Amino acid sequence: MNTVLGQFIANYNQWIIVFLMVSGLYIVIAHGNMVKKLVGLSLFQTSVYLLYISPAKILGGTPPILDPDFTVYAQPLPHVLILTAIVVGIATLALGLALVVRINEAYGTIEEDEIFAGDDRD
Amino acid sequence: MRMDVVLRVATKLLIPLMLVFAIYVQLHGDFGPGGGFQAGVIAGATIILFALIYGLETTVKLIPVPVVEALIPLGAVIYAGVGLVGFLTDGNYLDYSHLAHDQKHGQEWGVFLVELGVFVTVSSVMLAIFYAFAGRGRRP
Amino acid sequence: MVVLTLLAATTIGVVMVRNLFAVVILTSVYSFLMASVLLVLDAVDVAMTEATVGAGISTVLLLGTLSLTKTDENRPAHSVALPLFVALITAGVLVWGMSGLPDFGIAETPIHLTGPDYLERSLAETGIPNVVTSVLASYRGFDTLGEVMVIFTGGIAVLMLLKRSPREPGGEE
Repeated sequence: MNTVLGQFIANYNQWIIVFLMVSGLYIVIAHGNMVKKLVGLSLFQTSVYLLYISPAKILGGTPPILDPDFTVYAQPLPHVLILTAIVVGIATLALGLALVVRINEAYGTIEEDEIFAGDDRD
Repeated sequence: MRMDVVLRVATKLLIPLMLVFAIYVQLHGDFGPGGGFQAGVIAGATIILFALIYGLETTVKLIPVPVVEALIPLGAVIYAGVGLVGFLTDGNYLDYSHLAHDQKHGQEWGVFLVELGVFVTVSSVMLAIFYAFAGRGRRP
Repeated sequence: MVVLTLLAATTIGVVMVRNLFAVVILTSVYSFLMASVLLVLDAVDVAMTEATVGAGISTVLLLGTLSLTKTDENRPAHSVALPLFVALITAGVLVWGMSGLPDFGIAETPIHLTGPDYLERSLAETGIPNVVTSVLASYRGFDTLGEVMVIFTGGIAVLMLLKRSPREPGGEE
């Protein structure tokens, strides 16, 4: 029973991760609005966090905080990696948004095709 | 406006609790989830909430822009400085073992100082970015 | 799990909705759901960071940007068939690639090879029960130094881009 449930949850996790990753990618390549592209990028990044954290869990374990009552803990190394990745992700998001504000002031719009048209006119 | 009063009163009650929670998360990072990054973001978000409700001018009078800009490198300097102290006291860079009288206390002091540096940098960067965004479209 | 389904539903909302303010609020909801999923997966530090960063700071920055630009998205200028096709091909390749991953929740997978080492050594060598903090600050301290430098650089770069008012005469560049 444990392995059947584990199999289903494992596959469901992976399907959801692939769905999130692909929708983030779709937003980045299909939508022309800069802010929406950045939102799609952050969506993509969070799906990668899920990809790294879900193998670190052991069924029947606890969070990796040592305590005399428990013996089985989740693996702490992916947590450390993803903590760094989350923080780097907001730094890039903040920088991307600052660039969007400056582009808006320079071109008057944040839609990609209007910016290209403005460049072609010059 | 009546909504304004509700927001102000709620903020007055929440901001001290949020600041205490940020310090709690920072100091209990050893025994529970937490640490420098989470505490720094919570502290930054608290000051941003204050700025959203009470106005940017009040916040800038309280925490001036040069102070925030001076705090940003201070945290990084604290972190690198701890590493340098480890280097100078006969060990490797970022080796905390010789910071105190025995190895365990040295490690605890090292982790405490390092998380403090992270807290200072992260909270001041969040606040500085908010000041930059909010102050952009304002001046006539 | 139910929360994962809610996550997928919120993502569909983010893709389809064109009013950017609604998209930002949906992103904040998405971050909160992601933090809940991470909590169920026993990643407490990561869940707290994702909740504060995603649902807190990220929302504030996006709303700040929206207040300086516009709040509605244009209709797509090109047809969406080609990006959709590319996305579906990528999805197929990813599903094929991830089929080789080991099962969920079992302790004998290759990712768990170095874990017990840190779990045993942390209390004895550093005296810190939270293994994630001790690995982050002591065993892998260099990576955290790099992370602080990245935050520092990001903050400095945003200040360089956005510090002056846009109407200051001759003050740019």
